[in-house]
Amino acid sequence: MALQSLDIKRRSATTTPVPGARATLEVVKLIDVSKCIGCKACQVACMEWNDLRDAIGENRGVYDNPADLSDQSWTVMRFAEVEPAPGRLEWLIRKDGCMHCADPGCLKSCPAPGAIVQYSNGIVDFHQEACVGCGYCVIGCPFNIPRLSPKDGKAYKCTLCSDRVAVGLEPACAKICPTGAILFGSKEDMLHHAAGRVVDLKERGYGQAGVYNPPGVDGTHVMYVLHHADRPELYQGLPKDPGISPLVALWKEIAKTLMNIGLGAAVVGGIVHYLTQGPNEVTEEEEETS
Amino acid sequence: MTNHWVDIKNADLILIMGGNAAEAHPCGFKWVTEAKAHRGAKLIVVDPRFTRSASVADVYAPLRAGTDIAFLGGVINYLLANDRINHEYVKNYTDFTFMVKDDFGFDDGLFTGYDAEKRSYAKTSWGYQIGPDGYVVTDPTLANPRCVYRMLKAHYARYTPEMVATICGTPKEDFLKICGMIAEAAAPDKAMTVMYALGWTQHSQGSQMIRTAAMVQLLLGNIGVAGGGMNALRGHSNIQGLTDLGLLSNLLPGYMTLPGDGEQDYQAYLGTRALKPLRPGQLSYWQNYGKFFVSTMKAWFGDAATAENNWCYHWLPKLDKGYDILQVFENMHQGTVNGYICQGFNPLASAPCKVKVAGALARLKYLVVIDPLATETSEFWQNHGEYNDVDPTAIQTEVFRLPSTCFAEEDGSLVNSGRWLQWHWKAADPPAEAKSDQAIMAGIFLTIRELYRKNGGAFPEPILNLTWKHRQPEEPSPEELAREFSGTALKDQTDPKDPAKVLLKAGQQLNGFAELKDDGSTACGCWIFSGCWSEKGNLMARRDNADPYGIGQTLNWAFAWPANRRILYNRASCTPDGKPFDPKRPLIAWNGAAGAWTGSDIPDYSAVSPPANGMGPFIMNPEGVARFFALDKMAEGPFPEHYEPFESPLAANPLHPNNGKARANPAARVFKGDWASFGSAEEFPQVCTTYRLTEHFHFWTKHAILDAILQPEQFVELGEDLARKKGIRAGDSVRVRSKRGFIVAVAVVTKRIRTLEIAGRKVHTVGVPIHWGFMGMAKNGYITNTLTPFVGDANTQTPEFKSFLVAIEKV
Amino acid sequence: MHINRRQFFKVCAATVSGSSLATLGFSPANALAEVREFKLTRATETRNTCPYCSVGCGLLIYSLGDNSKNAPAEIIHIEGDPDHPVNRGTLCPKGAGLLDFVHSPNRLNYPEYRAPGSKEWQRITWNEAFSRIAALMKEDRDAHFIAQNDKGQTVNRWISTGFLAASASSNETGYLTQKIARSLGMLAFDNQARV
Repeated sequence: MALQSLDIKRRSATTTPVPGARATLEVVKLIDVSKCIGCKACQVACMEWNDLRDAIGENRGVYDNPADLSDQSWTVMRFAEVEPAPGRLEWLIRKDGCMHCADPGCLKSCPAPGAIVQYSNGIVDFHQEACVGCGYCVIGCPFNIPRLSPKDGKAYKCTLCSDRVAVGLEPACAKICPTGAILFGSKEDMLHHAAGRVVDLKERGYGQAGVYNPPGVDGTHVMYVLHHADRPELYQGLPKDPGISPLVALWKEIAKTLMNIGLGAAVVGGIVHYLTQGPNEVTEEEEETS
Repeated sequence: MTNHWVDIKNADLILIMGGNAAEAHPCGFKWVTEAKAHRGAKLIVVDPRFTRSASVADVYAPLRAGTDIAFLGGVINYLLANDRINHEYVKNYTDFTFMVKDDFGFDDGLFTGYDAEKRSYAKTSWGYQIGPDGYVVTDPTLANPRCVYRMLKAHYARYTPEMVATICGTPKEDFLKICGMIAEAAAPDKAMTVMYALGWTQHSQGSQMIRTAAMVQLLLGNIGVAGGGMNALRGHSNIQGLTDLGLLSNLLPGYMTLPGDGEQDYQAYLGTRALKPLRPGQLSYWQNYGKFFVSTMKAWFGDAATAENNWCYHWLPKLDKGYDILQVFENMHQGTVNGYICQGFNPLASAPCKVKVAGALARLKYLVVIDPLATETSEFWQNHGEYNDVDPTAIQTEVFRLPSTCFAEEDGSLVNSGRWLQWHWKAADPPAEAKSDQAIMAGIFLTIRELYRKNGGAFPEPILNLTWKHRQPEEPSPEELAREFSGTALKDQTDPKDPAKVLLKAGQQLNGFAELKDDGSTACGCWIFSGCWSEKGNLMARRDNADPYGIGQTLNWAFAWPANRRILYNRASCTPDGKPFDPKRPLIAWNGAAGAWTGSDIPDYSAVSPPANGMGPFIMNPEGVARFFALDKMAEGPFPEHYEPFESPLAANPLHPNNGKARANPAARVFKGDWASFGSAEEFPQVCTTYRLTEHFHFWTKHAILDAILQPEQFVELGEDLARKKGIRAGDSVRVRSKRGFIVAVAVVTKRIRTLEIAGRKVHTVGVPIHWGFMGMAKNGYITNTLTPFVGDANTQTPEFKSFLVAIEKV
Repeated sequence: MHINRRQFFKVCAATVSGSSLATLGFSPANALAEVREFKLTRATETRNTCPYCSVGCGLLIYSLGDNSKNAPAEIIHIEGDPDHPVNRGTLCPKGAGLLDFVHSPNRLNYPEYRAPGSKEWQRITWNEAFSRIAALMKEDRDAHFIAQNDKGQTVNRWISTGFLAASASSNETGYLTQKIARSLGMLAFDNQARV
């Protein structure tokens, strides 16, 4: 067994306890949308650091490129031109990516032992070696973040640069951000900083400014400062009250039943093959229900 | 920049206009967000488009492209009419009290001395009244209608909020709100900074736009103070350095100028540049011009430069006119240019009116392209389908493409916008056979020199005698070159008070330009850089980022020209008696006990001249003060006046509806054949402006996969009204046409470009990013400069890329 | 709870694979839970300056190998220099992507020549390039150099060959270029300050 560079809090599809004697610092990445200029430096830093290169796509009449998250783009900027009050244009630009939920729907729904882990510092990480490519994390995620790779069928998403954090560095996106819209630090410091930002925004006329740290997933380790915290949907559909999909609970029930029946390896192999090779995309309808 | 990037954090108010710092300079823009976070600063953005800068602004106002002088003239009018100015500052540190010549005048858009035939002015009347003592006549009471203050006030009284709204399309209430915010910065303890870039320079009246903003800053007392200044955000990593080094048609290093044909006499040449003070007690630092000039000639020509031959004065080429890029492409187009060398510059994509540029290149006998990347210019002769539809067999130009190193593969220094000379180190060898630029230049030059040595030829002396003291002649090292432009003692330098005391031995590095001599005993390739490599070593490589005063003055980080000074004109941060206007952000102050000016910066002043001596803070001007009245320094007049862009939706200048000569800049140069290439509003009704996106840098990053991913395909932006009118939806393919050609791109339909009400009619704006071309990793596209007009600013000849006319239609 | 048919199938399928895999011996105790190894531990760090805009951001360039004779440096990563007073470790999207400029497939590797009327490049040596360019320049200069103007004034200029200097080359290159251009009498000389 490899040495652990970060302490593990939880593992997917695992009931055995994890080592828990050590107490480590809980970290948070704070994304201050009110300071974000949508430059996409974080997208580049993410790809560069993680040795990813998304496809050179096309322009679809908007600034968003790549158009969506993928196995090569673990973060994308989502642009919205909104008029919260008539005649007052705002260009809201939100960095989208894994929220590193305290109660991670992906981990809970993952059937592959150890494919998803939650470190004690709050990072939720995918281990592609253990991933079976079922895509259930996609459904389990309240924020629609993980993506299956068309190349290897496995699920990918932001690691919060666990490799950098493990050696005492900040994530690549937080380091690179030219305007300081992405900060990284202890949860305590980030909440304190966010509170200060909310005061500043209220003074500048954003009466509903606030911090996005949704209780439905027990809070997140990626938080937003929003000018319009009362209307997160303005930010390209940031869910107002995210929670883990009821499907995850259902899965647990079925799992028990099926486990009791027992299935042959051949059947499993066939299904795994189908799942890894076949399309497994989330439809709009499903997104709405999740 | 008069100030520097980190200093922006000291601002109370930031005006971003004529630029889009968040998009084009994101890491510098960080200091705007710091000012907002730590000083509660407010950000104002004025731009034809709601940009990324606007997205984080406190106040945004739109204006029509090319009307910035009208807007800023309106601000000047507001400040003067409401008396919201820093009186102590303007009275003591500007020409407010100076009397203007009686024969100077302004009539319906034209200043005195205009010659319509030549499109230029005889500027004899554009001057101050000079008294019998040789000094300017002043009126300290400011009552005389001929004093600059009164003339300024009269000139801008026409720029009412209504006139601003008519010309710019800026709603009156938005304009007045911004005026009110700007007026707050007139308080001595408040500072506004102005951040601008090519959004001002790339107009036929760009220099005057910048001047108008500088005048606003002078009225507020914001030049020379922490958190203030006029901050040009240069577009390229070392365009500041190359300009400092004088790589322009008419310049020598350090903003010295080449002689004109008429300047046959060396002493006369010096006399018009080493100016005597125009007011008593002034430093007029250019009086040292001769020292700078002689030291440069000694650096270039060594022992061949002697007092007897006026330091090789006649070896320098003399100008009959300027040969800026537009003039040279005009000449090339006319067939009088045979050879062209492009060193890291891609004019086919960067210069206006691609069809003219491409046609001009095809008339060359030879073209040499030196670049790390395969540029469009290097393949102008190659057929790239619709994007470059040419017949190679018809193009007889010999083309050379020479691979050079990039930043990561060389040592050397670059000058950033804040005038910091920063050294960088090589990390890896270049690919395959690529060579450094120094090696390539040396290879070409030494081969030519050898040909002249062997075979003789036209005027070989400067070529044969050019200093070349390099240990590896075929590869001059960056260290050797940096030491040469920093300056060396050629003979022992002794203390003027004690000739027996040797301060510097022959061969040692100089400490700075104060040590330069006009007797040939010092050599210095660029006087303003002097001291960057002294006997203390390479000061450009310094890496101490300590900020002892907490206002961002990291004096031991790299080296700032001149003399490691971080904020120019910093004497003006103090009252006339030497106390900081704002005690909380002091730059320097008179220290009576020390008998010197001391503080967080190097004084931009005579360091030991006490306040009582009355020396002005603008030591490069012979009058010692800043000028509202520009004398004869500008092509189109001493006070900026709004003129329409050459292609404008308006038939007349609303300020001068009956004077056709004052519609567009009367002093801008237009080549004969180009008048016909301007389009009319009837045929091309939309205002067009071109610009950068944050995801790309000019025409380079389309070669980098990571950036090609971010913005893969060419697009244009238009507002919702225009889109509706033309039946265009987001994602549609559209054709944008100007009189000079067309491009096809994807439409981005946006609320961020508003329809403006101009002189009673609706005017739409089309925005065209510049970054695409037919080489690179991103999807191929049209060269944006296919659309742009071949006309430039009257002073700098910077092309009018920011305001012209197009028509747009769905394909 | 709203679950459509497709979702239900997906859930079941995922369940089967997951629960079965556990029974087939992929015991969680053996699952790898280590983060990706930090990739720069022994890479060589070099300080540099971003070549794009004029903010002049400090860079840290990381190259593979320790500069040993047998391991020519290969640049593998670039990030912001945290000590730099202006950028303090940050970079913009262009600077963040510098690695792909250094390694662009469009970097030039060899001197190339395109003959009049030709449709293609041909590779040449540096010596061939320097010799031919120098000969062309000298021929043009000797033929068109203007020592005196019509009025008989000494002007010593050469305006039939022009030079465009770069925007990102170093001061040292710029200074050398200035010296050379003026020694040849060039006036058709400009840089990228305007565009």
